[in-house]
Amino acid sequence: MTTQPISTDPDSASASQEQINGEIAAIAEDYRASGVEETQPRLDYAPYRSSLLRHPTKSLHHADPETIELWAPCFGHRDVHPLEADLTIQHGGEPLGERMRLVGRIVDGDGRPVRNQLVEIWQANAGGRYVHKRDQHPAPIDPNFTGVGRCLTDDDGNYAFTTIKPGPYPWKNHRNAWRPAHIHFSLFGTDFTQRMITQMYFPGDPLFALDPIFQSITDPKARERLVAQYDHSVTTHEWATGYRWDIVLTGSHRTPLETETDED
Amino acid sequence: MADLIATPGQTIGPFYGYALPYEGDNELVPPGRADAIRLHGQVLDGAGAPVPDALLELWQADADGNVVQQPGSLKRDGWTFTGWGRAATDDAGHYTFSTLRPGPTEPGKAPFFLVTVFGRGVLNRLFTRAYLPEDREALAADPLLTSLPAERRDSCIAAADAHGYRFDIRLQGEDETVFLTYPRH
Repeated sequence: MTTQPISTDPDSASASQEQINGEIAAIAEDYRASGVEETQPRLDYAPYRSSLLRHPTKSLHHADPETIELWAPCFGHRDVHPLEADLTIQHGGEPLGERMRLVGRIVDGDGRPVRNQLVEIWQANAGGRYVHKRDQHPAPIDPNFTGVGRCLTDDDGNYAFTTIKPGPYPWKNHRNAWRPAHIHFSLFGTDFTQRMITQMYFPGDPLFALDPIFQSITDPKARERLVAQYDHSVTTHEWATGYRWDIVLTGSHRTPLETETDED
Repeated sequence: MADLIATPGQTIGPFYGYALPYEGDNELVPPGRADAIRLHGQVLDGAGAPVPDALLELWQADADGNVVQQPGSLKRDGWTFTGWGRAATDDAGHYTFSTLRPGPTEPGKAPFFLVTVFGRGVLNRLFTRAYLPEDREALAADPLLTSLPAERRDSCIAAADAHGYRFDIRLQGEDETVFLTYPRH
C-alpha cells in the first residue's frame, strides 16, 4: 500500500491508475485473507476518493423493522406511462448508438417476484455523455437521447426497457480514470428495507479491474451479480441487441398475503 | 427457504439530477396547506462541509399513524397523501420536504420519519430514522433509541422549529448520524 498522503478532494485526479490499482489490490488481498464473505460494497473504500469523507465510521446499527419499514410506497399506472420504458422514442429522431433491449426479473430474498413495483434507470449516451449539467466531458450530447426511463414490473416481477448501449466515460477520481459502461438502476421492494440503487454493467468490460466503484464490492462473485448477460433470445430481428439482467433484493419481513394492495 | 444472495448496491453517482428528481417530489402535501409541516436540514460530510449532491427519500405514516398504500407519488394530485417523497440537496447541502406530521402507529409509540440517504461518495444507501421530539415518554421507551448509547440518541431525533422540524444528517465524524441495518441485510 502506498504511503503517499491521499487527497480528500474527490476531483483532484492526483493519484495515478497504478496507485489506485495498488490500493485496490491490497484491499482485495486483505479480503481474501479474511475468509469472511462480503456481498455488498464497502462504504469505506478509499480508492473511490468521493467516499473518504462520506462514509460512516461507526458500524451500522441493527434495527428491527417496524411499521413503515415493513411497507413500501405503492406506484401505479397513474405514476408511470408504458412508453417511459422506451428511451429511444423520447425525441424527434432515433438516438445514435447500439439499440438494445434490456430485460430481467426482480425477486426478493425468498425468490418471490416483486410485482407492480417501480424501476427507474438512467445512463450516459452512446458517446459516454450524460445530459446532467455537471457532466463536462466533451463528448457529444445526443439531441435524441435523454437517458432516463421508468417502468413497473409485471405480475411475475419482469421489467423491460428499450435503450441504447451507453459508452464509458472519464472522471476525476484519479489520473486517466474511466468508468466502465453502466446503467443506473433504482429499485423498490415490498418493504422499504429492500430499497436499493445500483449500477448494471456489460460483460467483458476491460475497465472492470481499474474501476474503484465496481471494485468496492470486494468479492468477485458479488461483482458478477452486477454484470448483464448478452441474450440472443432477447435480441430482435433487424432491430436491437438483447441483454438480460436479473435482480435479487434483500429478504422481506412480511408474509406474501400482507403485500396485496389496492393500487389502481 | 434459504435466502438468495442480494444483488449488490452501488453509489447513485453524481449524475442522477436529471433523472430521479421530478416535479413535486418533495411536496407530499402542498406547502402552505393548514396541516403542512416542513422537514428540512443539511447533509454534512466528515469535514462538516455541506454535501450538495445527496438525494434523500422520506417514507412515513400519515397523520393518524396509518401506513398509506396509495399510488400517485410521481404524479401528485395535491389531495392524495402517499407517504413517500424525494428531495435532492441544494448547493448548500440543504433539503426540504413539505409533509404531514406522522402519527404514532400504535398508541404510545414514538412516531418517526424513515429517511434514506443516497449520494455521490456513498457506496450504498443509508437508512436512518428521524423521530419526532415531542413525546418524551414514548422516546424513552422506544426499542431502537434505548438500544443506542445515550450520546448517539439525539442524532435520530428531529428538532422542532417554526414550521415543523429540522433534521441534519452527518455522514461521518463525532456527531455522526446513526445509520441502520435490518435483519436479512
